[in-house]
Amino acid sequence: MSAQETSTGAPDPNAAGPHDPDERGHFGPYGGRFMPEALIGALDELSAEYDKARLDPEFTAEFARLLRDYAGRPSLLTEAPRFAEHAGGARVFLKREDLNHTGSHKINNVLGQALLTKRMGKQRVIAETGAGQHGVATATACALMGLDCVVYMGEVDTERQALNVARMKLLGAEVIPVKSGSRTLKDAINEALRDWVTNVDTTHYLLGTAAGGHPFPVMVRNFHKVIGMEARAQFLDQTGRLPDAVAACVGGGSNAIGIFHGFIDDPGVRLVGIEPGGKGIETGEHGATLGHGSPGTLHGAMSYLLQDEDGQTTEAYSISAGLDYPGVGPEHSWLKDTGRAEYRSATDDEAMHAFRLLSRTEGIIPAIESSHALAGALKLGQELGPDGYLLVNLSGRGDKDMDTAAKYFGFYEES
Amino acid sequence: MGRLDPLFARTREEGRGALIGYLPAGFPTVDGSAELLRGMVDAGCDLVEVGVPYSDPVMDGPVIQAAADTALRAGFRLRDLFTTVEAVASAGGRAVVMTYWNPVFRYGVDAFARDLAAAGGLGLITPDLIPDEGADWIAASAAHDLDRIFLVAPSSSEERIALTVAASSGFVYATAVMGVTGARDQVGTSAEGLVARTRAHTALPIGVGLGVRSGAQAAEVASFADAVIVGSAFVTKATEHGVEGVRALAAELAEGVRKSPSTIG
Ligand SMILES: Cc1ncc(COP(=O)(O)O)c(C=O)c1O
Repeated sequence: MSAQETSTGAPDPNAAGPHDPDERGHFGPYGGRFMPEALIGALDELSAEYDKARLDPEFTAEFARLLRDYAGRPSLLTEAPRFAEHAGGARVFLKREDLNHTGSHKINNVLGQALLTKRMGKQRVIAETGAGQHGVATATACALMGLDCVVYMGEVDTERQALNVARMKLLGAEVIPVKSGSRTLKDAINEALRDWVTNVDTTHYLLGTAAGGHPFPVMVRNFHKVIGMEARAQFLDQTGRLPDAVAACVGGGSNAIGIFHGFIDDPGVRLVGIEPGGKGIETGEHGATLGHGSPGTLHGAMSYLLQDEDGQTTEAYSISAGLDYPGVGPEHSWLKDTGRAEYRSATDDEAMHAFRLLSRTEGIIPAIESSHALAGALKLGQELGPDGYLLVNLSGRGDKDMDTAAKYFGFYEES
Repeated sequence: MGRLDPLFARTREEGRGALIGYLPAGFPTVDGSAELLRGMVDAGCDLVEVGVPYSDPVMDGPVIQAAADTALRAGFRLRDLFTTVEAVASAGGRAVVMTYWNPVFRYGVDAFARDLAAAGGLGLITPDLIPDEGADWIAASAAHDLDRIFLVAPSSSEERIALTVAASSGFVYATAVMGVTGARDQVGTSAEGLVARTRAHTALPIGVGLGVRSGAQAAEVASFADAVIVGSAFVTKATEHGVEGVRALAAELAEGVRKSPSTIG
């Protein structure tokens, strides 16, 4: 058995490879550690533990077991023919991360990091959350493993994702509404970092996306690689070929980087990230970091970000709480600059159109985050035409978004 | 030769700790901050740290966060930083700048160093830039003759302390406690241990910050460190009592750093 393969002969998502960053976490000029010295020790400890764990058959087997027996993997690959009629007749396949336990892709990374927390002998976990999906997944894993859990959530998001706040509380987590700054995901991360620097001896910061200081971007990516690896095999199995393009929404970039990595060495497969266009790029109210930002440092890494002339982070906007973030994981910046991936945006209206369309054509209610990827797929399908094959990462389910959707579509007024 | 060497040569000669006071530029307004900083210098601060208000101050507690917010809302722009430093320098004060990294990166590292030096600034304190990522700044500070003040923390390993002090000039900033900025009743026992560990690796002066707010605490810190750094307490005084408040606090702290003989001499 080579280091690159598991006992089943499938590629090992934890193995080191050519797409890893350098030793200090750089993807080209991006990534690294733009972090206070006080946290470098914790990042070093985490790196060392992760580097050991990823090569430890006991760890990788336990992770694989949890993904299978607890999260419900492999997730399905579902063809969406009635939806595809609106996508230029291209064939559209959905990677069903919405069917995972807790309802999104977030659980993959959370289970991996929770196992690492145990290995490091830490008892307390903190996390940030935007849509609440990462917070719910973290609270879930902490309940499963008997860890204490504190979740920071922007006050604006606690209001628009009230259902997820209740879920976290039921699972035993403490939810702390963050009232500073824009009171959304960015500020929740700031507050979590302040907690971490104060309690780092006892606490693991379970970051929810492929951003932050090294080793978070590579580690989170590897925990989500399972999405792309499963999808590639399933796609081949169902169609006998690879997709022309893979579409995924990009907030911090974790679901996208996970599915992209299944295809990164397939040069014929386009990797397309869809960022939140909000009310339209021209209004300035959007979260299209890669499309319309510029390089800088935020939350520990060099990457594209939304900023003003003075390097102050500017506020992102999206109807979707999970995409409402002015930064992005550093590997996406590198994939953009090297041209391996392309990044587009979908507006609130385009995403909500796709949200309703998938619900009505396929009986699947997607997360509003994932609806951005669907909106991107509708356009890609038009471009590819009826011979096209598309894979869309359906990163989560839309139950949490019913209040937003009901308001958007005016359901409350009708009743 | 570091730009701050003459200052520490003098405080060592006088057998006392140096007093370093922090306030953000632009707080409460651009002119107001220049006046406050000059008041701090007048009343006994040997050096002032001019802070750059930043949108995402992850190392700061509520007091400095609120001050940065006030400054940004009042329209602070990065160019105002240089006029503020100039105001301190032209009044005979010594100033370094304390800033999160992104504003410097965005301005252009070399251009920032050039403009800071031209304004009379003596160096830069970089709370979220570690030497490992600091190649551009190390080059620019050398080119423009500015001091590089990196931070060490109670969690820093011996290797990291060695690497950090090797890249530093002027002084080394020791964060007294694990946590964010904010006045505390006790500075914590970790500070003294950290200073001792740092001294084993360098002859540079060592300043201790995070939490100091009273003359008594300043005296205690000055008994084992070369400089006492005070931030949040000045911000609170400025908010409550304006220039008179910061002058009174600076005077109390200046007395404090003279009460106890410095360990260096
Ligand atoms: C369902 C879903 N998709 C996507 C995202 C965006 O995160 P990322 O870009 O890291 O995948 C979130 C974040 O909350 C989410 O809940």
